[in-house]
Amino acid sequence: MSVAPSEVELPQSGEQTTPDTPWLTIVWNDPINLMDYVTYVFQTVFGYPKPKARKLMLDVHHKGRAVVAAGARESMEHNVEILHGYGLWATVSSDS
Amino acid sequence: MDAFRRSNGGVRTKFDAPEAALLRSLIEQVVSLLDDADEGRADPAFETGPVEPGQVSPGRDAGPGHPDEILDSSVHDIPGAAELDAMMGFSPRTRAPLDPALARLLPDAYRDDPDASGEFRRYTEQSLRSGKQETARTVLDTLPADGGPVKLSRDQAQAWLRTLNDVRLTLGVRLGVTEEFEDEWRQLDPLDPRATAFEVYAWLGDVQESLVQALS
Repeated sequence: MSVAPSEVELPQSGEQTTPDTPWLTIVWNDPINLMDYVTYVFQTVFGYPKPKARKLMLDVHHKGRAVVAAGARESMEHNVEILHGYGLWATVSSDS
Repeated sequence: MDAFRRSNGGVRTKFDAPEAALLRSLIEQVVSLLDDADEGRADPAFETGPVEPGQVSPGRDAGPGHPDEILDSSVHDIPGAAELDAMMGFSPRTRAPLDPALARLLPDAYRDDPDASGEFRRYTEQSLRSGKQETARTVLDTLPADGGPVKLSRDQAQAWLRTLNDVRLTLGVRLGVTEEFEDEWRQLDPLDPRATAFEVYAWLGDVQESLVQALS
């Protein structure tokens, strides 16, 4: 699978982005990371319950990417640093 | 190798001798790759096939003399600058590694902002490299060279998960693995020089999946 980011829309869920939290942690699809592993990492790193972690993993898989957290820039960079430690392809993005 | 099972708050399994030797060798290659300062040099041990395009993190167009680097003080010969960076644990590198596998292990943190990516890399790449080497050492310390039982605490199992993933990323990039890996593998000519590496890649996926299941 190759990532086709230009064809993908960011999730519009108000739960994940608010005007007070303009920075995002995005995880991109890649052909190597195992689906169960990605779910496990979301549970471990963010403390998400399994159903939410699994839904985010499926968003990554099917939509090419998913917003997995939103907040201050520093904490998004911290997330990305941790996710890189787990080998996920994560980036910081401004919500604009 | 047996499936990982929960045991006394951790997990356990066993590897036979050839499996242990193979896994240790692959991990040692990743450790060495992470040590590699000469990032343009591909690791011959992992040269099992062509590298497909699209495996490299975005926004990467590095090269000596790139216009963006002219103003980057960290690449210039400022007396003591490199030593100071090293003391602080900073990396003099502000661009993704040229080797696609290493670039996948150490990806850019910003997709469309090379400056922000460079700054992030300067402050975090060295600790990311050493963190990955540390988990790799934990695996090597807990995997007997001759095979046999492996008993892991939960923390050690986390190190195993990460390191297995780093090995799979490295091998996967070298093999140019795609989502259609299973089909490609099935259709591969048995005499194809990549056949063994594909088999190893699939086995590593089974080991990692088994560990995730035991921890979940």
